[in-house]
Amino acid sequence: MQGLLNVVAILSVILLVSVMISLRRAHIRVEHSVAWFAAALVLLLISTAPGVLDAIALWSGLSDGPTTLVFLAFVVFLVVLYRFSRVISDLKDANIALAQKLAILEFRFQTFHEKQQSAESR
Amino acid sequence: MTMNPGAESLLIIVPAYNEAGAVGEVVREIRTVMPATPVLVIDDCSVDATPEVARQAGAYVMSLPHHLGLGGCVQAGYKLAFDLGYQYVIRLDGDGQHDPRFIPDILAALKESGCQMVIGSRYVRKDGKPTSVVRGLGIRFFRLILRPILGAKVYDPTSGYVGVNRQALEVFSRSFPLEYPEIEALVVLQRKAFRFREIPCEMRPRRAGKSSITPVRSFYYIIHVLLGVLVNILKFERRLWKR
Repeated sequence: MQGLLNVVAILSVILLVSVMISLRRAHIRVEHSVAWFAAALVLLLISTAPGVLDAIALWSGLSDGPTTLVFLAFVVFLVVLYRFSRVISDLKDANIALAQKLAILEFRFQTFHEKQQSAESR
Repeated sequence: MTMNPGAESLLIIVPAYNEAGAVGEVVREIRTVMPATPVLVIDDCSVDATPEVARQAGAYVMSLPHHLGLGGCVQAGYKLAFDLGYQYVIRLDGDGQHDPRFIPDILAALKESGCQMVIGSRYVRKDGKPTSVVRGLGIRFFRLILRPILGAKVYDPTSGYVGVNRQALEVFSRSFPLEYPEIEALVVLQRKAFRFREIPCEMRPRRAGKSSITPVRSFYYIIHVLLGVLVNILKFERRLWKR
């Protein structure tokens, strides 16, 4: 059990550091790093404070600490993934609308330009 | 051929993705049937010579900056048509499956029936045959699903040979399914209490290129469309409930 907790704690710290480095290099925007920071901190908290894990296991009725830890990690990342699915969907919608707008404007500009050229040539 | 819409104006749109082998002939055929009507090919960021071929055949070409898929491509055409003030838009596929000889019939049905959408259907006549066995089974399945939802029988819900009037154009320019749009578009219209009508058309085998629907994608198609229909029904229920 302690070995598993140590692994989760190390992974949480790696995640925290990775997110910080990515933020510093502007690979992740601040608003999108919050979910990862929250996930890493939650995992760090429950892996370094076994009392919290035991309390959650007792409260939730899960059989033991490791099962609770895996379950909690699963829930935390599920929440993060769901949040990012929503962000991606919003971005895709905005991207499609922009691409359509650009194509329409380009087309209208091109036809206007051709009309002007043919008017000038007359 | 100019893009100056009048009171009874019609725009023909042809969504095309890598259809260089077929789109030129499609445009020429349309222009033979409807010489005064503008034809707009919407190029979904093809990697072949689709835009050049379409332009040479006499079409206007609107090029999307990146690949959006069929729904995004068609909606771009609807948005442009609505912005320019067109009253009617008829959509044909760029692969040559839709015979342009039926364009006048679709236009006449749009004008006379007052329906917001007219579908060129291969099954209104009893002798209509599907382009493949899998497609035939899919169409039967969706007919069964759509019958209670639409409150009317639809023979060819997957047909992309579709004419719409300005009312539908307004709705579709704001909200249009982005992938596999044909079936979901019917449900979108139903939400607005709009009507559709099917008229008999003949479909031909595609002239060139390959269909994007593979066996695996057929499965994805069914799941995707069912989910899309369900989502649209839920929106419909919520709208009614709010009233």
